[in-house]
Amino acid sequence: MHQKTIAELSQALAQGTYSSEELTKHYLQRIKQWDTSLNSFITVCEETALASAKSADEARRQGKAGPLTGIPMAQKDIFCTNGIKTTCASKMLENFTAPYDAMVVEKLNAQGMVMLGKTNMDEFAMGSSNEHSHFGPVKNPWNLDCVPGGSSGGSAAAVAARLVPAATGTDTGGSIRQPAALCGITGIKPTYGRVSRYGMIAFASSLDQGGPMTQTAEDAALLLNAMAGFDERDSTSLDAPVPDFTADLNQPIKGLRIGLPKEYFSAGLDPAVGDVIMAAIKEYEKLGAIITEVSLPNNHLAGPAYYVIAPAECSSNLARFDGVRYGYRCKEPKNLEDLYKRSRGEGFGEEVKRRIMIGTYALSSGYYDAYYLKAQQMRRLISEDFKRVFEKVDVIMGPTYPSIAFKIGEHSKDPLEMYLSDFYTIAINLAGLPGLSIPAGFANSLPVGLQIVGPYLNDSKLLNVGHQFQQHTAWHQKIPSQFAK
Amino acid sequence: MSVTAETIVSIAHLARLALDEKAIPHYAEDMNRILHWVEQMNSADTQGIEPMAHPRDLGQRLRPDEVTESDQRECFQANAPQTEAGLYLVPQVIE
Repeated sequence: MHQKTIAELSQALAQGTYSSEELTKHYLQRIKQWDTSLNSFITVCEETALASAKSADEARRQGKAGPLTGIPMAQKDIFCTNGIKTTCASKMLENFTAPYDAMVVEKLNAQGMVMLGKTNMDEFAMGSSNEHSHFGPVKNPWNLDCVPGGSSGGSAAAVAARLVPAATGTDTGGSIRQPAALCGITGIKPTYGRVSRYGMIAFASSLDQGGPMTQTAEDAALLLNAMAGFDERDSTSLDAPVPDFTADLNQPIKGLRIGLPKEYFSAGLDPAVGDVIMAAIKEYEKLGAIITEVSLPNNHLAGPAYYVIAPAECSSNLARFDGVRYGYRCKEPKNLEDLYKRSRGEGFGEEVKRRIMIGTYALSSGYYDAYYLKAQQMRRLISEDFKRVFEKVDVIMGPTYPSIAFKIGEHSKDPLEMYLSDFYTIAINLAGLPGLSIPAGFANSLPVGLQIVGPYLNDSKLLNVGHQFQQHTAWHQKIPSQFAK
Repeated sequence: MSVTAETIVSIAHLARLALDEKAIPHYAEDMNRILHWVEQMNSADTQGIEPMAHPRDLGQRLRPDEVTESDQRECFQANAPQTEAGLYLVPQVIE
């Protein structure tokens, strides 16, 4: 069962090959068996999962089943789940039980999906390796000594090892696409505003966007159909009609204009990763796509701009954790100031504190213009680069990440080195564009992801382009041998 | 612009973060390296460029000033570290 995609499972459930209860038990068993080695889950919800599976089976008997009814999935532990622990992988929220459901959770529950549990992540979604979790690092199922990427590393590892058919993620600077790439799965960061941020614990509100992490582009489209949509409770939710994201999957891509930014193929790129990407581009050429070189002249300044804007928004968003209303409180505070300072100092991990410090500095009096305002001006230049390129091409392609998965601990001493590697993903968040990562092959036996970026609201186009590749290649079907049986 | 141990202490105070004394030099070193990298932005001419606070320049949508939430004090306070008679407790503020 676990070798199947959501589309296949959906069919099997509809045909009565097995029930949702059987399917759910099978995946819960796999989590029990394998997650001790991966650490991809923070919370497993066996009881509620079995109860939802039974209701899903009942709904099917009554003829009320949709395409996702009864399919198991996992939620990144950044999405609030009513009555179930929501920790954001932080000591700060270790004992926090959300009093309501995030919109994404509400919508997927409404489809009758079965939530198996909450996945591990970098604390408050800050990190690209999943090493910054209060609950310990997640391992990459392709090599247990390596990181799965981050921040949605638990979701990526769990889907790659087929402990769950699909999971949700969030992406502020690459946190869906990069772990999807390093674990060999498919992940889409939709156009900013497509998926409601309501109940998704905020990191950097002008950049955060939720999305699906799946085996295939087709599955991503199925999940996005359920996740996307206007929500009045999210002040930046996109008030635009939501298309059927599966409608264009089978459109031929003959004549598709693909832009390759010359800045993407520079010295920082691992040559073995570059080779895999070029082979994937060749595959697209065979399918009738037209390749053009394009330029994103300000792309190298996306990192510097991002690491001002994201920490600035984070320092303001995380001010809510004060040790008073919810979350961790220090022992025996001497006074109110001591309560604030020690609750925050002891409750947040190192990377979170570092970003709060950078953000506070950038927003502080005397530095605001030099850092925050300058970064926002850069953001416009970066965004306009994309606008110009999309006058000439339909999509941009390149690597999702400059290397394959690295060893746990390899970059943990140097935060800057980790920030530099976000080169390919962060500009997309600054501009608010949709970005998809699909498995494109292997380098040194580890997966490589191809990133496909399109203009605003072209989420369907990206899924179509990804699906067509997956109709002609088998990279997305590879499962790490240890977890295949 | 160079970040000193003193800057770190004052920023940590603004952010209400208690930092381990011994870690302060590391924070200063990391911050300096990160800010040095960030300052590459100065190589771009941004004169007259309008700052972009938000993708697609969308403004914040307003809603009518109406009560939409019901009272869920008990439910919300179940997560609070310390409450009494429906109030959040903190150390004494006024002598």
